[in-house]
Amino acid sequence: MSNVLTNITLRIWRQAGPAVAGRFETHVVDEITDEASFLEMLDILNDRLVTEGKEAVVFDHDCREGICGTCSLMIDGQAHGPQRGTTTCQLHMRRFKSGDTITIEPWRASAFPIIKDLMVDRSAFDRVIESGGFITAETGGAPDANLIPVPKPVSDAAMDSAACIGCGACVAACPNGAANLFTGAKIAHLNRLPQGQAERWGRVESMVETMDEHFGSCTNHGECEAACPKEISIDVIALMNKDYRKAKFASRKDLARQ
Amino acid sequence: MSLTEELLAQNTLSLDSKIPAGSVETKWDAYKSDMRLVNPNNKRKFKVIVVGTGLAGASAAATLAELGYQVDAFTFHDSARRAHSIAAQGGINAAKNYKGDGDSVHRLFYDTIKGGDFRSREANVYRLAQVSVNIIDQMVSQGVPFAREYGGLLDNRSFGGAQVSRTFYARGQTGQQLLLGAYQQFSRQVGLGGIRLFNRTELVDVVVVDGRAAGIVVRDLMTGEISSHSAHAVVLATGGYGNVFFLSTNAMASNVTAAWRAHRRGAFFANPCYTQIHPTCIPQSDESQSKLTLMSESLRNDGRVWVPVNPDDNRPADQIPEGERDYYLERLYPSFGNLAPRDISSRAAKRAVDRGQGVGPKKNGVYLDFSDAISRLGRDVVEERYGNLFEMYERISGENPYDVPMRIYPATHYTMGGLWVDYELQTTIPGLYAAGEANFSDHGANRLGASALMQGLADGYFVLPYTIGNGLAPLLNKPMPGTDHPAFKAAEQEARERFQGYLDSRGTKPPDHFHRELGKIIWEYCGMERTQQGLEKALSEIPALYAEFKTDLRVTGDSSSLNQTLEKAGRIDDFFQLGMLMCRDALDRNESCGGHFRSEYQTDDGEAERDDENFAHVSAWQWGGDPMKPVLNVEPLEFEAVHLATRSYK
Repeated sequence: MSNVLTNITLRIWRQAGPAVAGRFETHVVDEITDEASFLEMLDILNDRLVTEGKEAVVFDHDCREGICGTCSLMIDGQAHGPQRGTTTCQLHMRRFKSGDTITIEPWRASAFPIIKDLMVDRSAFDRVIESGGFITAETGGAPDANLIPVPKPVSDAAMDSAACIGCGACVAACPNGAANLFTGAKIAHLNRLPQGQAERWGRVESMVETMDEHFGSCTNHGECEAACPKEISIDVIALMNKDYRKAKFASRKDLARQ
Repeated sequence: MSLTEELLAQNTLSLDSKIPAGSVETKWDAYKSDMRLVNPNNKRKFKVIVVGTGLAGASAAATLAELGYQVDAFTFHDSARRAHSIAAQGGINAAKNYKGDGDSVHRLFYDTIKGGDFRSREANVYRLAQVSVNIIDQMVSQGVPFAREYGGLLDNRSFGGAQVSRTFYARGQTGQQLLLGAYQQFSRQVGLGGIRLFNRTELVDVVVVDGRAAGIVVRDLMTGEISSHSAHAVVLATGGYGNVFFLSTNAMASNVTAAWRAHRRGAFFANPCYTQIHPTCIPQSDESQSKLTLMSESLRNDGRVWVPVNPDDNRPADQIPEGERDYYLERLYPSFGNLAPRDISSRAAKRAVDRGQGVGPKKNGVYLDFSDAISRLGRDVVEERYGNLFEMYERISGENPYDVPMRIYPATHYTMGGLWVDYELQTTIPGLYAAGEANFSDHGANRLGASALMQGLADGYFVLPYTIGNGLAPLLNKPMPGTDHPAFKAAEQEARERFQGYLDSRGTKPPDHFHRELGKIIWEYCGMERTQQGLEKALSEIPALYAEFKTDLRVTGDSSSLNQTLEKAGRIDDFFQLGMLMCRDALDRNESCGGHFRSEYQTDDGEAERDDENFAHVSAWQWGGDPMKPVLNVEPLEFEAVHLATRSYK
């Protein structure tokens, strides 16, 4: 049954644009039902701000089902807030209590410059995928789907890492702003599958090097795994590193013969 | 003379659906043999604009770029991977017959026609069923991790409205995995330079010069800058309009603007009243709620739907004895039971709630109870089948569905109506194409589960790349209007003034207020059950609210930086206009079919009653200069391969 939370203080990061300094702005939400989602609370605040003639707080969001990866937000210093395995859009106010002060910030990472308020530019992720996060299979030439059997455990493991929603929580949680979990997840998805073998070594080389151009380095803190709303394991980073070393040091012809 | 014939005689434009001659089985092959081709070296001389990067848009853009066309792709999202196709859970149909259970192209075709209540175009649907098998091949070769059996072959499951297992799936995230597959292929082309990607850029107008689509006008959401892009062909793959209801399972930003702006420039809008209400969503919890969440249809395989017999029964579910429960789906539809099709299950839930038998604090839901399944199969099995859905339910509702029954209620989910297109997926504006949910072509009056993903990918991978070439071939080396053409400048100016107008209105209410109020009217009068009286009421209330929107809207901020309030205002403006057309279309269609249920037209036992004599046609509406004055054109539907029959799932 629903309860009403009262007197919630929000400290929200406001920043007019990428080149100007930001600051925290405080707003009090007098009453909110605990059935409301966190983003619905921000919707209500925004409607109030607009009615008062003020600018609404800018934040990214879309599906509100935890799958599109658009929403972000550092909530009290945690990427996507306090609930494990949960995106911000699926976080509900029943996780909070009356009188709480909640600090809301954008993702903080140099690879994700702030666009406005709580919205950041994550297009560096797209650059990583463009550099090799695919299997070249142009439309029209595919063989019958059952000609490529994939052992169930391999398919399940590929699916585990393919579940990544590209939200950027891993980068935001990482003290180095590294994107190894994101990049590793895509490599683990494609390099595990039989269809991904032809481009396996080129893929890992190209993606890791593009990642390094944009993001910081991994020093095994493991914060990414803890923040990941899809609970992707850092095992994918080990797999990526292993493949990268092989791709770099072994002869490509020998690898192809394995 | 039937009404269809009468209306046909009044058409303002001859609606040529360009269906190839021959039997339905041979039409697509015949088309491909006869179509004009563009030489590989000449393809790079053509530019194609693709708006939207969901399944249809991303697959079309990637394939066109592979062929060698220059592609400019636009999305209002930050990345092409965010489109709402990603939220589809259940699966994708294909007539592979991997289970050897009697499936075939013809059977998928027939199921889709029947599911659509005989209101779709045979030739298009047959082609969809034919290419469905290519989609699975294509997606598997791209590395989509579909569910597998232990032998390594692909697994299938069955879905509503079908008697075979033809649904391929990737856990409860099929839409996500398919979209990521298409996005990766798309991204490869971005990296190779075949596609130029414009992200966080929204279409605000379509430009037509000498009767042909010449390009689009867009707004850069980060800077507010309005600019033009010209091309030889424009594809709108911009999704459906379910958010006209405010509360729907659509993503927050899903909108009708691209389709609507094209409509205002001459593209006909077909069957807007065909909207799908999905029966298993989590009921609204309070006024502030922004969207509804779908729980996969697959839950109805093991969950039993019921309400208390006595409307005043306020006891917790587990204290209501068997004899005082009404398992109404099992009672009314004994052979399909809890797996009755979407439209039928939704109406039955609404009727129970309307009778006062609703459950939950707001009495706005029905139970979906797993206690029988748990005692029969054990909690482990139920957890293995539905664990992620149960978790999602608990996260949203705060209740544990292993202990208390889920509460569900229908919500708007998909829109079958959309831009009218011919067999080539070309709209009534030459050079302008529509794909995926944005067009009207394949689902008739009701879409079957696991068919939306199929259609988006069919259009993008296997239809448009052929039909666009056929349209471009005659344009080789002919001059095309550039963005300096006065028509582009005029459209840019109009868009600037429109957005400035929202900022200048200086009223008192934010855009969301109007959206919510509009949604209430549409849901009440143009939702699951419609009546002449209600629709007439809606057609007086919507214009009144629209007038208020124009004078009392408050948008803060400016038009020269990122402004989400301003973006919303533009989208809601278009929803208002579409809302009027929807109600008009629903009022005009004096029959019940699929998702369009008019209370006046039902059988004695409350089922939809079609009028094939007078309504076996597509209603294609032409913009009449005023949202309340649309002009009706019709395309008669001719059935050669199937016989019109009454749908029965009893």
